[in-house]
Amino acid sequence: MIAVGERAPDFTLRNQDGEKVSLSDYAGRKVLLVFYPGDFSPVCGDQLSIYQEVKPEIAEKGVELVGISVDSFFAHQAFQEKLGIDTTLLSDFEPKGEVARAYGSYLDAPLGFANRTLVLVNEDGVVAWTYESPNPGEFPGANVIFDALS
Amino acid sequence: MADLGSAPVPPVGPDDHVRGAGEEGVIVYADLGCPHCAGAWQRLRERPGRLVFRHFPVASKHPRSPALHAAAEAAGLQGRFFEMVDSLYADRGRVDDPHLWQRAEDLGLDLDRFESDRRQGAVEARIRRNFQSGIRAGVAGTPAVFDACTLLRDREREF
Repeated sequence: MIAVGERAPDFTLRNQDGEKVSLSDYAGRKVLLVFYPGDFSPVCGDQLSIYQEVKPEIAEKGVELVGISVDSFFAHQAFQEKLGIDTTLLSDFEPKGEVARAYGSYLDAPLGFANRTLVLVNEDGVVAWTYESPNPGEFPGANVIFDALS
Repeated sequence: MADLGSAPVPPVGPDDHVRGAGEEGVIVYADLGCPHCAGAWQRLRERPGRLVFRHFPVASKHPRSPALHAAAEAAGLQGRFFEMVDSLYADRGRVDDPHLWQRAEDLGLDLDRFESDRRQGAVEARIRRNFQSGIRAGVAGTPAVFDACTLLRDREREF
């Protein structure tokens, strides 16, 4: 897992609309990277839905939420529509899980996806806080995010 | 700005909807649009002791949830909160406004008052207070059932 104080590795991934998005696009702003196992899994759906409900309060703290998984951007678009969310979802699809690996979040085979991991990157592009779930079946409640932002 | 950082589950108070008597029982954070909650509700309502219902509508996942919770609150203002909850969970296929009016009529509610009450800011605020207390307590799925301040379980899921 990437450590607090390290420079967050830059990346460029496609969002749910197929547009390229880089971490450096968020320079000067705080961004919370939400690594999750995969679109359409029950826990991932609950996690992103609940975070959506408190997205305005997270935004009030000056933080933008960005989800990242190994799914294609087509799957992200369908998942976003199914959940009724507008959180940006980035596709860590090819090379599979490269960004998750760079952040120390990737779970190797037989799982082959990112663990449920939160990484707060500050305005200077430095990791300010991290959280890693004990297993992919559990996700941190939104309270954990607000504790980190207080 | 509301503080949504971690906090214990608030103790049962006058703001709560309580079914049953006594000090023993459970506090349930539930979504009236959630099928898992509907399934669990039949078991929860048969438990002995006190059952406390707190609103946890996840609107992005269940777009009608805010309207359903407001309908339950409005029924509660006429003394029929749990009857409306029972009705909504017993028949999840009819949740549009005409269905809510029919349910209100079936429960013997004053329909004009029901219509006015379910749009009150105070009703929305009460629902939001419940939701925020659930967020602070770490609710990560519904139904979330607490015994005093300890999370007993929410749904079992692999990932």
